[in-house]
Amino acid sequence: MHDRGGWPTDAPIDRAEHELADWEMLMDSIVGTLGARGVMNVDELRRGIESMGPADYEAASYYERWLFATEKILAEKGVLSPGELDEQVAR
Amino acid sequence: MSHDAHEHDHSPVTNRDEPPIAARVRALEELLVEKGVITRENVRARIDWLVSRTPADGARLVARAWVDEDFKGRLLADARVAALELGLDPGEAPQVIALENTENVHHMVVCTLCSCYPKALLGPPPDWYKSLPYRSRAVSDPRGVLREFGLTLDDDVEVRVVDSTADIRYLVVPRRPLRTNSLDEETLAALVTRDSMIGVSQPLTPA
Amino acid sequence: MSFAHGEKVRIAPRPHEGHHRTPAYLKGKAGTIERVHDRFLNPETHAYGKDGRPEQRLYLVGFALHDVWPGYGGPRDDRLFADVFEHWLEPES
Repeated sequence: MHDRGGWPTDAPIDRAEHELADWEMLMDSIVGTLGARGVMNVDELRRGIESMGPADYEAASYYERWLFATEKILAEKGVLSPGELDEQVAR
Repeated sequence: MSHDAHEHDHSPVTNRDEPPIAARVRALEELLVEKGVITRENVRARIDWLVSRTPADGARLVARAWVDEDFKGRLLADARVAALELGLDPGEAPQVIALENTENVHHMVVCTLCSCYPKALLGPPPDWYKSLPYRSRAVSDPRGVLREFGLTLDDDVEVRVVDSTADIRYLVVPRRPLRTNSLDEETLAALVTRDSMIGVSQPLTPA
Repeated sequence: MSFAHGEKVRIAPRPHEGHHRTPAYLKGKAGTIERVHDRFLNPETHAYGKDGRPEQRLYLVGFALHDVWPGYGGPRDDRLFADVFEHWLEPES
């Protein structure tokens, strides 16, 4: 699903650009910091993204994929416990 | 990218203009900071670094290469070291390779697998670079993609698509536009667009 | 085994479950070594909590677009390049 080279598509390339939202910059920085601190590396991030189901992968925005992958990998490593982030959001 | 208008306040309060995911990302930061996995200072520093990244750095490398053949040689041999020579930050990529466009060769860069991009020297990648259509078609129909970007190359120009699949980051050195002999380096750098350093278009021409 | 600039190679047509950086569209295709890069951590193990060692040699491999895509409509000299790890390369006589 992530391995896109040569996939047939009639879609034109949408050249509209958007300035990164604060939450996107934050997501990028969280991942970069986790990498610098040896908690999660870029190969693990990519593996996490690649584990998304096809429909989810295509529907998600770029940094939504990063969040999905980060949650998955950190849960795998026991850094995040199940439901912990949901609870934090609700606080 | 301008962030003069507001502080980067990373408090957990959700801004109603933001999508729900924003609250989740902020909560993630809080949780990781609480657990001592990261610090807020780490994250702030990283955001500051990201905000500081612009294509102007890449453009300086290109403009210097245009006016100084010896520098161009060093740039093509090792773009990381050449960037450091100009006081630029080449970023964390262990290697950056500059690809020279000539009268006979035109390079274009893509990452079909994700979005690998020399962001230290070009700033964050544009959405289209990360998009599924670009990632699919850049390798199978590069000339069609270039036409969409307004660039038609003669058949006798060799198109070289580079799929950035691993640890190396690639930067295109576009051709110096004609009628620029009298321009100084700073003026030349202003002609070098981000898109010309990805390889989907040519630099600007002088007014 | 290791390869030198100019050598003809084929990308292994192996299926691979799990994370790897050899694109499907290049598997089984024949190309030429364009550059010999340094060694880097192996993403196939580094992605799963291992240290990624021993590091693997990376190569920039060049392909004729006509070889990669049978229906390619552009000029014969158009080329594609990709960075491929040594363990995905086979010699091509």
